[in-house]
Amino acid sequence: MKTKKSVKKSKKGVSDLTIHFMPYSEIAYEDALGRIKKIMGIVLQNKVILLQGKLKSEEETKLIEHTMTLIGNIPGFQGVEIATISNDFGKNLFNKVRHNIARILIGEHDSVTIIGPASVVKEIQRDPKKIEFMLKKR
Amino acid sequence: MVMKIIRNFARRLFSGLFKKRGEIKLGFYGPPNAGKTSLANKICQDWIGEDLGSVSKIPHETREIQFKEKVEIEKDGKKIEFKLVDTPGIATKIDFEDFLKFNLGKKEAKERAKEATQGIIESIKWLDDMDAVVVVIDSSVNPYSQVNVTIIGNLAARKIPVLIVANKIDLKKSDVKKISGAFPEYDVVGISAKSGKNMEEFYEALFKLVKKV
Repeated sequence: MKTKKSVKKSKKGVSDLTIHFMPYSEIAYEDALGRIKKIMGIVLQNKVILLQGKLKSEEETKLIEHTMTLIGNIPGFQGVEIATISNDFGKNLFNKVRHNIARILIGEHDSVTIIGPASVVKEIQRDPKKIEFMLKKR
Repeated sequence: MVMKIIRNFARRLFSGLFKKRGEIKLGFYGPPNAGKTSLANKICQDWIGEDLGSVSKIPHETREIQFKEKVEIEKDGKKIEFKLVDTPGIATKIDFEDFLKFNLGKKEAKERAKEATQGIIESIKWLDDMDAVVVVIDSSVNPYSQVNVTIIGNLAARKIPVLIVANKIDLKKSDVKKISGAFPEYDVVGISAKSGKNMEEFYEALFKLVKKV
């Protein structure tokens, strides 16, 4: 009986996972607060965001601050898991300059950021070349 | 109006010329359980013979900003006075149920979680006030966490000098090289705040850091 119940539960859990792809253009013209509001609006729907690009480090701290104010005030919300992977240009000065010019012209398009609610995403493991995210068993 | 501008300019000019260098505000930042308070305690024990804060295996033991003023450190005859600022560990998530694993009651765990969220907000607010920062990372865990990247990125954006401390080198899984590889633009010093291993190297790096302030 117990096994049946847990199987049913895990099936429901899998079907619940929604990945929201967010192109950079969706946040490109927003200010920091606008970006955070847009991201948190989706995260609070229990969806995982795959963002083209990345947030600035100041925006990330604002996102953390905002997240902390929500924990305890929104039932079941435990915070977020976030990870960004970018191109590594190493110590090659020419590549760094080329990358900085491209970034000024077209934005942070060469990065990918995953942001998900901690109640759905158990852990995001990142190393320089890959990101793996583990979901919580439900 | 013109007089006011001239008066303000003169005041700024003279206060800048004759300002005596005060103590350096040295912040300890990092994720929870990296050993920030252990390191701050070790420094305080070494130089003033007392602790700064309590340490625990339970994450988020430090939930409020803690200070120790007038901590004078001496190296090769040179003395520098610090105000040590120990900050709560920064995290992106807090689940009170994680504290239940450490035999805390539900009410206590919820209270700890609430205080921890407020502590993180405080830590972030204090970033602007630091003269220099020691980012403490547990050298036995993967350094490529977004929290580490975010803290260091914010300090770089504010032009605050950073020293990375790879703590817990007494543990078997410790890998200082991995931390140096993750943050190649920064000085990394491997220590054990618990055993006091490599503290001399740390003080040397600290004096080097202060030159950038």
